[in-house]
Amino acid sequence: MTKVTMTVNGKTVSGDVEGRTLLASFLRDDQGLTGTHIGCDTSQCGACVVHVDGVAVKSCTMLAAEADGATVDTIEGQANADGSLNVIQQAFQDHHGLQCGFCTPGMVMSAAALLKENPKPSEQEIREYLEGNICRCTGYHNIVKAIMAASGQDVTAIAAE
Amino acid sequence: MPKDTGIGAATVRREDVRFLTGTGEYTDDITLAKQTYAVFARSTVAHGTIKSIDTSAAEVMPGVLAVFTGEDFAEVGGNPAGWLINSRDGEPMKEPKRPVLAHGKVRHVGDAYAAVIAETVQQARDAVEAIEADIEEFDAIVDMNAALSGSNYVHDEIGTNQCFDWGWIEDNREATDNAIKNAHHVTTLELVNNRLVPNAMEPRASIGSYKASTGEYTLHTTSQNPHLTRLLISAFVLGIPENMLTVIAPDVGGGFGSKIYHYGEEALVLAAAKRLNRPVKWTADRTESFLTDAHGRDHVTKIELALDKDGKFLAFRTDTKANVGAYLSNFSTATPTFLHGTLMAGNYTVPLVYVNVKAVFTNTAPVDAYRGAGRPEATYSIERVIDKAARELGMDPIELRRKNFVKPDQYPFASAAGLEYDAGNYDALMDKMEEVADVAGFAARRAESEKNGKLRGFGVNAYIEACGIAPSNLVGVLGSRVGLYDAATVRVNATGNLSVMVGAHSHGQGHETAFPQVVAEMLGIDPAVIDIVHGDTSKIPFGMGTYGSRSLAVCGSAVVRATEKIINKAKKIAGHMLEASEHDITLADGVFSVSGTDKSVTFGEVALKAYIPHEYPLEDIEPGLEETAFYDPANFTYPSGAYACEVEVDPETGKVTVERMTAVDDFGNVINPMIVTGQVQGGLAQGIGQALLENTSYDENGQLLSASYMDYTMPRADDLPMFAVDHSQGTPCTHNPLGVKGCGEAGAIGSPPTVVNAVIDALQSGGKDVTHIDMPVSPARVWEAMQ
Repeated sequence: MTKVTMTVNGKTVSGDVEGRTLLASFLRDDQGLTGTHIGCDTSQCGACVVHVDGVAVKSCTMLAAEADGATVDTIEGQANADGSLNVIQQAFQDHHGLQCGFCTPGMVMSAAALLKENPKPSEQEIREYLEGNICRCTGYHNIVKAIMAASGQDVTAIAAE
Repeated sequence: MPKDTGIGAATVRREDVRFLTGTGEYTDDITLAKQTYAVFARSTVAHGTIKSIDTSAAEVMPGVLAVFTGEDFAEVGGNPAGWLINSRDGEPMKEPKRPVLAHGKVRHVGDAYAAVIAETVQQARDAVEAIEADIEEFDAIVDMNAALSGSNYVHDEIGTNQCFDWGWIEDNREATDNAIKNAHHVTTLELVNNRLVPNAMEPRASIGSYKASTGEYTLHTTSQNPHLTRLLISAFVLGIPENMLTVIAPDVGGGFGSKIYHYGEEALVLAAAKRLNRPVKWTADRTESFLTDAHGRDHVTKIELALDKDGKFLAFRTDTKANVGAYLSNFSTATPTFLHGTLMAGNYTVPLVYVNVKAVFTNTAPVDAYRGAGRPEATYSIERVIDKAARELGMDPIELRRKNFVKPDQYPFASAAGLEYDAGNYDALMDKMEEVADVAGFAARRAESEKNGKLRGFGVNAYIEACGIAPSNLVGVLGSRVGLYDAATVRVNATGNLSVMVGAHSHGQGHETAFPQVVAEMLGIDPAVIDIVHGDTSKIPFGMGTYGSRSLAVCGSAVVRATEKIINKAKKIAGHMLEASEHDITLADGVFSVSGTDKSVTFGEVALKAYIPHEYPLEDIEPGLEETAFYDPANFTYPSGAYACEVEVDPETGKVTVERMTAVDDFGNVINPMIVTGQVQGGLAQGIGQALLENTSYDENGQLLSASYMDYTMPRADDLPMFAVDHSQGTPCTHNPLGVKGCGEAGAIGSPPTVVNAVIDALQSGGKDVTHIDMPVSPARVWEAMQ
């Protein structure tokens, strides 16, 4: 067992992990942060995306030990300080960018990373960025729309609903 | 003016907040005190006899608490088929036992033959590796033709791989044959409806727990219908008294059919929990999901369409082989028969339909209902052969369809496939589609594509489907072993807020938002005070769950009926409070008034009176304000639609790109247009996925080649366009109180033929004599067809 310490959503946490323990498992099982979901075994689905030192990472591809000393942000830490939804979360609700909610934490975390590096992405840029996040419910239409809206772009012209 | 509350309002979803903040609670998020973990040993061969299983090494591994094999369940029941199909000769279908764990034989790769329970999931996984199974491998039965001709059987005890040979409508067989023999023109198409893996993003998971002091079991599980799961486990598999088993389906991350069914893992964790007197959790990994979730589709079909010289349809004749996999999943026999054959008249006045379906056992995962369930297969066959006929006859594909549409003055319309369509207007849908899809502008768009070296095609489709299943009396005659009603309880609390317990389960459909819109509209109160309770058999009266686009049409109708009872009782109480006859009481905006007077009481005051019944006519009215209704629909609902797709094909690579996708649907009245649109968009993505990307590929040894997201092509954001979705042309359902039709599956039903029709159109525009390409229409298949 190895002791790891990291800052998760602004709080310092530590725990003993096996060498094979994934960051996703550490967050879910040791820290009880079950908003980070595991939807595949091959780092394809993106339900487990978190930010490690500000960079979007699939937490199922990273060992917990590798995150020792890092700053980790998860979906549980995304809302505003007063508990209200942040701009991206609110846009997902306003534009029905989620249905079953399982891929949603990863989508929101990926969207946040995208907007950090590209504050006004085009539809095509959003679609390409989300290559690593699979949603089976929405057909992506409303996810793309929500991210455009969250970036301050006018989405009223986007096709019918 | 769009409404901002109640029926018809695009209310944002209240359930979103927990999902967006990571505070949803899915089964795998739940950890019970003293929880242990199950991991399954699964067959790596498709077909073989279990000679021996040596668990002794596994049993002494660190943390291991128990090891189960099929022997442990030899005396309990099997997971049953929910629908009896009789063959054309009257013989009942073959129903081999589906045990909790494989016993005697393994029948598909992934078939579980043992399970380890350990303190941690890693320990259980390590111990599974130490189980020694001696399995004598046989040739795998994968191809359906080979399955029907050989003497190698998936289930030796039944001596055949044919489950049934079903005809619909058998009395029309000869007349259909004659119509085809004598027709002016017959168009024939052979096609494959490709096998799909539903791929809900949340893998299946179950936690069994047992309370020795009372003998009560609890199962937390990823289910679309917890009551049915409870019924199956109680009555057929483990024999646990139904009142001693609670099934809880908490937040569920998508289903698309795959979580309708009861699976052996659920029974295992319950049995293990009792033996260990500790909770037992199992969570599938994605590969297990691919190997063991019920798959969808997998039909091989020949369809013939007979036409007269004017293009009027005379008959459809279909010959289908349907793969049911290694075992009968709960609705696997209904899907290729009554959910498929009965739709084979489509939107058309065709007088004769005959469908023959042979269901075939193979050494592959069970196949059952996946989003659309039989209706996509029907629609694909019909709408592809119509398109081919239009080309053969040199007719416009839209005009050929219009010529044969059921017209608005023909309802109720008895279809040649045995259904009674209650309402619709297919020409209006087609008109709207032509407008929304800008059919008039297609020629210019094609010219633009051609300038860029691309071929552009336009594909159209008209579909009808039957959903909101189903009238219990009717399906009972047809072989269903369950009733298909649903139930709701409306509980008005003393302080005036409401809990509405519903039998439908929400796993993405937005029931927690849409159902309160209905109740709020009826009572004239704020939807915020209405809470929906679902997914827990200990809290809700009963329910048949969510599938077949039935939640609103069936369970929503139960909600309406229960709310009507609430109103009736509340009027009695209000009448007493206002010293007036209940017949003179009216309800508007949450206030009960005496007609023609200024006397009134609020809904909240009536609720309080019901629970504090002072000065209350106890001899006439019971205290309390809670009502339950069961609703059994009089008919299916019949959504219909006109879809259009425009694709570009790159002649250099064969790659197909969907440029425009238009769905115009008739869902009758719409409660929440935002949610309905979202349902269609999701269905379109799955339909486009089927048409272009997704395939489930077994090799000749029964190994699943597409068992991960590295190999199975899920539609991703950059595979899809923005969608144009319209549901302005609704014709209300005539037989349910809300006038609604199911919307959950339409997108997946209407889109596959639309896409393929567009690809064929594109290739023909490039001078290629290509009349059909099987799905998925991959670059390789397109390129090959073009050579």
